[in-house]
Amino acid sequence: MTQPKVELRGVKKSFGSKVVLDGVDLVLGNGESLVVIGGSGTGKSVMIKCVLGILRPDAGQIFVDGEEVTDLHGRARDHMLKQFGMLFQGAALFDSLPVWENVAFGLIQGHGVKRKQARDIAIEKLAKVGLSADVAMLSPAELSGGMQKRVGLARAIAADPKVIFFDEPTTGLDPIMADVINDLIISTVEDLGVSTLSITHDMASARKIADRIAMLYRGKIIWQGATEQIDQSGNPYVEQFIHGRAEGPIQMELRR
Amino acid sequence: MSAVLEFVAASGAITLAAFEQVGRLWLFTWRSIFALFRPPYYWRLMGQQILRIGYYSLPVVGLTAFFTGGVLALQIYIGSDRYGAEAFVPQIVVLGITRELGPVIAGLMVAGRVAAAIAAEIGTMRVTEQIDALTTLSTNPIRYLVVPRLIAAVITMPILVAIADSIGVLGGYVVATTTLNFNGSVYLKNSIDFVTNEDIYSGLIKAAVFGFIIALMGCYSGFNSKGGAQGVGTATTNAVVAASILILAANYLLTSLLFVR
Repeated sequence: MTQPKVELRGVKKSFGSKVVLDGVDLVLGNGESLVVIGGSGTGKSVMIKCVLGILRPDAGQIFVDGEEVTDLHGRARDHMLKQFGMLFQGAALFDSLPVWENVAFGLIQGHGVKRKQARDIAIEKLAKVGLSADVAMLSPAELSGGMQKRVGLARAIAADPKVIFFDEPTTGLDPIMADVINDLIISTVEDLGVSTLSITHDMASARKIADRIAMLYRGKIIWQGATEQIDQSGNPYVEQFIHGRAEGPIQMELRR
Repeated sequence: MSAVLEFVAASGAITLAAFEQVGRLWLFTWRSIFALFRPPYYWRLMGQQILRIGYYSLPVVGLTAFFTGGVLALQIYIGSDRYGAEAFVPQIVVLGITRELGPVIAGLMVAGRVAAAIAAEIGTMRVTEQIDALTTLSTNPIRYLVVPRLIAAVITMPILVAIADSIGVLGGYVVATTTLNFNGSVYLKNSIDFVTNEDIYSGLIKAAVFGFIIALMGCYSGFNSKGGAQGVGTATTNAVVAASILILAANYLLTSLLFVR
């Protein structure tokens, strides 16, 4: 078997008495597009943040290229993160900086590229996500939600990462813009040859961008398989989720 | 019986929460101080913060210092008049301003203005995941956000206080010469002869410490804000309240360290 790009083994994370991740085992292969589906609040974002080191897992191990990165910190963590890109749910653009500086941020701060050169790269990356150079000088607050997502995508790919994480890339967008973003994800992934891990509850998006789908429920991966197999999963939880039924084994926690 | 148990449980929970807060703040402070001494430094951001914390605070600090100096002169005159000691107004005003009121009033005003602004900005960055985004872009958020603000506040507060001291004495001078029949040149000469370098330095040292407290509490509250708009609002309030209380507590501590021998 070839070396997986990212691997999680038995990752656990709790906040107080609330168990969010309860032993997640997941493998992201090289050049693979993996989508993790699951309801809101099932710990999808927490899982990604554990890999990136924004949160520390309570137990378990995380490997990148076969090397354990669970307890990396400081410079070593920064170095590891240079091969990662992330598109946040709300785009998380820095509103104090113009669009081009947002895109070029990782290049200037993390890779020590000169501002002028970084700016040219930023404009080139913006073009890749279908935004013209005029947008570069605007402030993020002047952009629509869909445009902010595109800028977020441009920022995620600016430093030519090997792995990109997408946190609910289509949430909050209209169906057409959602599909535009899906297409952008597919084309950038093909162009760059990167591995991607996306988390979403938008099944249309998952079917479109995924090679493989895994479902997270109650802090565990309860099913995974190729995208074509999801309709024959034979798993009642997956069935309920992909058809969006209120009735089924998954009970919504309406009260906390 | 159960009421007693509930009371014990509740007080225990409050105590634990308090210790948790102190521990968190201590950890945050330690990390920030550690980051102060390690590059990279963001000079551009530091310049921006010096402008925001220092320059834009000048009007509010100047005005409050002026009125504080004025009212101090008036009160001392009224009080010392009973003993026929009203000639000491300039000496007491200059001492009160440079040692205590200059730094404390400026500190409290800047706490209201700047700690709130820092907490709101960083708190919004927290709830919109901008701080997480910094991490993913290989940028340490403490170094990028906290260090420039800490340095800017520690540099600009003494300058602000030096200006506040001058304007405070001016306030006393204006009141004394216009309503209390003091001779202007005598007033100024008495002030200058009486005040020592130590009086001024001690106030400036206090100012630097207050600057540190203001920036630290603003950043700390912002970093730990949760939820949405309401969380940011709470963080802003906490920052101002905590900074103000810590400034007054630190002021007492510093006074006892600097003056009591």
